[in-house]
Amino acid sequence: MQVHLKIWRQPGPADAGEFVQYTVDAIAPDLSFLEVLDKLNEQLTESGALPVEFDHDCREGICGACGMMVNGQAHGPQQRTSVCQLYMRNFQNGDTITIEPWRAKAFPVVKDLVVDRSSLDRIAVAGGYISVKTGSAPDANAVLVAKPSADTAFDYATCIACGACVAACPNASASLFTAAKIAHLALLPQGRPERKKRVVKMTQQMTKEGFGDCSNHGECQSVCPKGISIDAIAQMRREYIRAHLPF
Amino acid sequence: MQLNARIPDGPLSEKWTTFQDRCKLVNPSNKPKHKILVVGTGLAGAAAAATLAEQGYQVKSFCIQDSPRRAHSIAAQGGINAAKNYPNDGDSVWRLFYDTIKGGDYRSREANVYRLAQISNQIIDQCVAQGVPFAREYGGLLANRSFGGAQVSRTFYAKGQTGQQLLLGAYGALMRQVAAGRVEQFPRREMLDLVVVDGQARGIVVRNLLTGEFERYEGDAVILATGGYSNVYYLSTNGKNSNVTAAWRAHKRGALFANPCFTQIHPTCIPVASEFQSKLTLMSESLRNDGRVWVPKKAGETRSPQDIPEADRDYYLETRYPTFGNLVPRDVASRNAKQVIDEGRGVGNTGLAVYLDFRDAIAQQGKSAIESRYGNLFEMYQRITGEDPYAEPMRIYPAVHYTMGGLWVDYHLMSTVPGLFVLGEANFSDHGANRLGASALMQGLADGYFIIPYTLGNYIATTDLPEVTIDDDAFGEAEASARARTLKLLSIKGDRTVLDFHRSLGQLIWQGVGMTRSKGELEETIEKVRSLRSEFWQNLRVPGEATTLNQNLEFAGRVADFMELGEVMAQDALAREESCGCHFRTAYQTAEGEARRRDDQFSTAAAWQYQGDEQPATLVEESLSFENVELTQRSYK
Repeated sequence: MQVHLKIWRQPGPADAGEFVQYTVDAIAPDLSFLEVLDKLNEQLTESGALPVEFDHDCREGICGACGMMVNGQAHGPQQRTSVCQLYMRNFQNGDTITIEPWRAKAFPVVKDLVVDRSSLDRIAVAGGYISVKTGSAPDANAVLVAKPSADTAFDYATCIACGACVAACPNASASLFTAAKIAHLALLPQGRPERKKRVVKMTQQMTKEGFGDCSNHGECQSVCPKGISIDAIAQMRREYIRAHLPF
Repeated sequence: MQLNARIPDGPLSEKWTTFQDRCKLVNPSNKPKHKILVVGTGLAGAAAAATLAEQGYQVKSFCIQDSPRRAHSIAAQGGINAAKNYPNDGDSVWRLFYDTIKGGDYRSREANVYRLAQISNQIIDQCVAQGVPFAREYGGLLANRSFGGAQVSRTFYAKGQTGQQLLLGAYGALMRQVAAGRVEQFPRREMLDLVVVDGQARGIVVRNLLTGEFERYEGDAVILATGGYSNVYYLSTNGKNSNVTAAWRAHKRGALFANPCFTQIHPTCIPVASEFQSKLTLMSESLRNDGRVWVPKKAGETRSPQDIPEADRDYYLETRYPTFGNLVPRDVASRNAKQVIDEGRGVGNTGLAVYLDFRDAIAQQGKSAIESRYGNLFEMYQRITGEDPYAEPMRIYPAVHYTMGGLWVDYHLMSTVPGLFVLGEANFSDHGANRLGASALMQGLADGYFIIPYTLGNYIATTDLPEVTIDDDAFGEAEASARARTLKLLSIKGDRTVLDFHRSLGQLIWQGVGMTRSKGELEETIEKVRSLRSEFWQNLRVPGEATTLNQNLEFAGRVADFMELGEVMAQDALAREESCGCHFRTAYQTAEGEARRRDDQFSTAAAWQYQGDEQPATLVEESLSFENVELTQRSYK
C-alpha cells in the first residue's frame, strides 16, 4: 500500500516549523508505523534530504521513548497502544496521515517530532519514590500486601512516562502521570509513611513545570497506551485532601 | 598479559563475606570528595549511581536516552530469580548457584556465581521496600513461578513487566539522590571515549546528543553499565539504541573484551514478518510454563494448527527432554527449534517458526487464569501479528536477546584498566556460555546495589589518585580522537545509508556467529566483515550536521563499532574449538546432537586484547577452576 505522510518539520527549538508532505510506497500491512518512518528516512537520506527525527527505542511499547500525534490522536487510532506498536493494517491504501509532535508548554519541541520531557523527571525528583537505603530493607515477606491492593498498585505503576496524557489533555495537564505514581505508592504499605509529603511536593512541581490542572475530560485515559485509569486522579485528590488533614 | 581474577581465598560460601570483612572502607567524611562517573542508567547503572550517592560519593550519571527511566532493562519481561525458597520446594543458595553455573555450561567463575546467588535474596527485600509491585498470593505473600533450567519456583515477577517495575524502583532511588543533590544527571549524552591518565581510568568524553558538543568529565573512577551488544545482529530484541560503543571505546583504551561469541538466542520471539522489519519482539520465557511447543510430525504440513490432530503433532521438547520438557534452557530450546525447522517442519507463511500452544492450559485452568498470568504478553502478540493466541497457537522463532560476553572484569568487577568498573550485561562475569531466564535482572541489581559499593570503596581506599583536570593532555587527546571519528563519518558522503550497512552486517553475523558455527563459515565471516567495514568507511552516507540532534550520525558511530566487534566475535568463535551453551560448533557435538564441551582445553574465559586499528586482537586466557561442582555433560533429559 501507499500512504501520504504530512509531517511537522522543525529544525530546532527556536525555529518556525511547518508541515511537509511525503509519500511512501510498497508498505506491507505487517510493517509497524515507525518502520514506515524508517522507510521514509531512508528515502530522504538517499535523495539528499534531512531525515525526520523522532524518539524511539524498545519498539515494544514499554520504554516510553516514542510518541507523536497521529491524525490528531496521541499514539494514533488504536487504543492501549503506543505508536511503536501500531501496525499499518490499521490504515488504508492512499490514506493521508498527519503526524505532529506532542504539543504542551512543558514539552518544548527539540527537533521535528522530538520533544523535551525532562519536566516529567523533575516531577519524579519531587517525590516519586519511597525513601529506602540500599541494604536496610526487612525480609520481603515481612509486610503482607493484600492482592487487590498489589494488583491495583501494579496497574498504576505500569505508566511509561510517554507523555501522551499531557498531549491529549486540553489543559496539557500531567495529572494522570503524576497521579499514577502517587496512587501506586499510596496503595502499598511501604509507601504510606511519605504519602502526605509526596502528594504535596509532586503536585506543586507539576504546576511549577507549566502543566495545567485536571478538569475531568478523560482524554488522558483514552490515549494512555497502558490503559491507566483516571481513577488514579481521584486517588490523588483524596491523597491531597488527606495531606491537609491534621490526622 | 596475565589476568588475575582476584578471587578471595577460603571456602566458596565464605568468599564474599570474607571480602566484605576485610576490604578497605572509605571514611564517610571523605566519600563526598570523590567523584564517580556512572555511564548507563539501566538496572546496574541506576542501582550503582543511587547506592553510591546514598553512601556520600559525588555521582555523575550519564545516559543516551532523554530520561534515565528508558534504559533497555525496562523491557525485561519474565522475572528475577532469588533463592528465598518461599515455596518450600527445595531451593537454596547452593541450588541457585548450581543451576546458574550448570546453565552456563561451566564457563563462568564459581566465586562470582556463588556470590550472585547469595545476594539474590537481598535484592528482593530491597525491591519490595522500594514499592515494586511484585505478584502476590491472596494471603498477601509474594508469588513465584518457574523458569527454564530450574526445577524449583524461584522467580519473582510483576506480570510480564518485571524489568520495568525493577527499573522504576532503581530510577526512583536515583531520583531521590538527584533531589538530595548527590547525583547530577546527564541525559542524552553518549560516551565516546574513556580517558586514561597514568594507567588509571579518570574520565570520559561524551557527545551531547542535542547540541553535538563534546564534553569532558573527570572522576576518581568510571563505572560502565551500558548493556549488551545484541544489536550487532541488526535484528534483535534489544532497543534500537542499545549499542556497544562505550564498552568498545573502553576496549580500545585497554579493557579486554571477554567471550564475545557468547550471545544468547532466545527461543520465544515473534517471527520475522517483513523485509523492512526493524527489530524482533520477545515473548517471555515464562510462557513456556503453560505453553506447549510443537511442530507437525510431517514436513510440508498445510493444515491450520487447530485442524492437526494430536497424533500428527510432535511436542519435541517434551519427548526429547522428559525431565525439563518445555522448560529446558534457552540454548537447548533454540537449537531444537532450528533443527525441526531445518527438517522442513517449520510453520507459518515463512516456515521459520514453531507453535507455542496454550490450548491445553486454557482447557485445564481456564482462560482467566492464563490471562492473569500472561495477559499483557498475549495482547502484545495480538497487536503485532493480528492473531488471537487464545484461539490459535502462537508462532515463535529464536532471536538474539542477550550477550553473555562483555568487558572482562575480576571479582571486584574491575576491568583490566584500573578504575574502570563494568556492571550488568556490559561485563562478561556470571552467565558463562548461556544465561538462565530471570538471571539478568538479578545480576544487574546485584552488581549495582550490593557489589560495587564494596569493591569501589576498596579501590578508592587503596589507590593513590593524583588530581586530574579536564584540561590534562589525556582529555584533549581523547576528545580530539572522538571528534575526528564522528566528523569522519559525516565527511564520507557515499551512497549507502547506515541502516543498509547495519542490515548487511547483521546478516553476516547471524549466518556466521548465530545458532550454529563452523570453522569454514567463521573464517569466511571474518573476511566478509573486514570487507564490509572497509566499504563502510568509503561509501557511507550520513545526512545532516554534527552540531544538532542527528540520530543518523549517532547510529553511524555505533554501527562503526559493531563492524569491529563483529570480527572479534567471529575470531573468538573460531578460537573456541568446542561447543558449550550458546556456542555450538557443528564439529563438536555428542551422538545425540548436544553440545560437546572440551574441558581439558577450554575451561577458560577468552579475553581479547585490542592491538590497533585493522590489527587482529590477541587472546589472553583466564583459566577457570572448578573446586565445588563436578563438570558434567549438561543433561535436561
